[in-house]
Amino acid sequence: MTTAPEFSLCEQLIVAASEAWRGNGELVATGIGTAPRLAASLAKVTHTPELMMTDGEAWLVEDPVPLGPRGYDDRKPSGYLPFSRYFDAAVWPGKRHAMVSPSQIDRFGQTNISYLGGTYDQPKVQMLGARGFPGNSIYHINSMFVPAHSKRVFVEGEVDMVSSVGYNPARRLAGANFDRVDLRLVVTDLCVMDFGGADKAIRVIMLHPGVSFDQVQEATGFALSAAPDLKETPAPTAEQLAIIARFDPHNLRASVLKDNPAGKRS
Amino acid sequence: MPGVWWLESGLNKQLTVEQFVASLQSGMTIGIGGWGPRRKPMALIRAILRSDLKDLTIVTYGGPDVGMLCAAGKVKKLIFGFVSMDAIPLEPYFRKSREAGTLDILELDEGMLQWGLKAAAFRLPFLPTQVGIGTDVMTHGGFKTVQSPYDDGEVVLAMPPLKLDAALIHVHRADKLGNIQALGPDTYYDEWFARAADRTFASAEEVVERMDLSYPEDARANIVERCFVHAVVEAPLGAHPTSMPPSYGWDIKHLKAYAASAREEGGWDAYAAETIGADEAGYLERVGGKDVVSSLPLPIF
Repeated sequence: MTTAPEFSLCEQLIVAASEAWRGNGELVATGIGTAPRLAASLAKVTHTPELMMTDGEAWLVEDPVPLGPRGYDDRKPSGYLPFSRYFDAAVWPGKRHAMVSPSQIDRFGQTNISYLGGTYDQPKVQMLGARGFPGNSIYHINSMFVPAHSKRVFVEGEVDMVSSVGYNPARRLAGANFDRVDLRLVVTDLCVMDFGGADKAIRVIMLHPGVSFDQVQEATGFALSAAPDLKETPAPTAEQLAIIARFDPHNLRASVLKDNPAGKRS
Repeated sequence: MPGVWWLESGLNKQLTVEQFVASLQSGMTIGIGGWGPRRKPMALIRAILRSDLKDLTIVTYGGPDVGMLCAAGKVKKLIFGFVSMDAIPLEPYFRKSREAGTLDILELDEGMLQWGLKAAAFRLPFLPTQVGIGTDVMTHGGFKTVQSPYDDGEVVLAMPPLKLDAALIHVHRADKLGNIQALGPDTYYDEWFARAADRTFASAEEVVERMDLSYPEDARANIVERCFVHAVVEAPLGAHPTSMPPSYGWDIKHLKAYAASAREEGGWDAYAAETIGADEAGYLERVGGKDVVSSLPLPIF
């Protein structure tokens, strides 16, 4: 594998994010949004072919479905996983690893997609509602993709409404089962993080070339730790870039990050 | 000739849309099938919008149905897992109602919602789940826990039944006995809305005399048994502007214009008067005609 001559930062993040699913085996890889979906597709066709994926509607596919406009019948179903079976077959049995982009994330990995500011009865900004986040977070593996690393996303204190469970000891209801809470990677435009710190604290494991730990800390509302073997995020290979381009024929990835910056080699 | 006994004995469940809306009452708890901008019984929703009904409690995976009912001031309380139009992620009229603080809500996880419908269908006081524990869905929703009586002693959330006075779903075919067929790749939780309700109203693209005489080859599309379908209403293209695969896709141009109306002074009143209007027959003409709606392309995900 050769390293490609040119690539965007987004493409570098997609490659980093695809690592979240490495070795996961037979479970449903769900990437919500352009970059997470490309990352899941890349994972499936490179290092983890056992992964299962849907076309985003109701069908399981062995060849990941390209993003954007295409013929409705282009995808070839190998199986069936409609929403009407999702909780029975994917979420509650733990056969899923989703990568999502919450509006707020706190130091315990709790996230919020319900509302910002105000109160439950009168929010300042209403968002989607909790969707499947409470169930996803207590039943299966989850990772996160954050296109603009800032204190608005990585908040000080707790998120405004806890839509998904994290590792907050204050919310550990006595007698309940939190054993399956399993947060893996957080990929941002500045760094890659995991939950490998003390008491499962969020910590930086990779910095993108040209980014310092202090810069990441400055953009984060809570204190971060760094992994002892802090690495630099690798550049994509030509093969990885070609796969990403194949699954994104309309170049939707160019609008994931503001101004679509170029990636850097370490 | 195979019997006409069911008609003679009064087992004809077909209603007009006017008879449907006259069967509802203000203050009812109404479940709505579909999912976001997909398979919504919009012809029935529009009939509610044109009526004097008010103070409704709505239970649903919300899309433009919720936005429109909120905009028209029909909703007292909303029980939801999300409200979204997919391609337009945030439903503007739902947001307005929430941010004005005028709506009572119970925000649920998507899985909890169908679990509550199942608890109602099975006539149980609750169904246990781990979902919701550790989140604000539990704290704000006031959910209680129960401890397993077995050796594990695990504490789980007790999801209470979401009992519905009425459920509204939209399907492809119905017969006068209440047999329905819902085609397409996914029918979401429509069957559980039906089983959780005292009365289910199914609007259909087509109503036939007897399903066994018209479409016996598609009996697997009978997602819920006719004892749970109390009335059928013929409503061709009745899911518009939401999608009804494999028949027609959502009307993204329409949904965008609807969403844009929320940013204009008097936007809802204009949409209600000029688009929803006084009757369903006129509605289809106002949104482009039957040929245009029936050929809307299926959405690509």
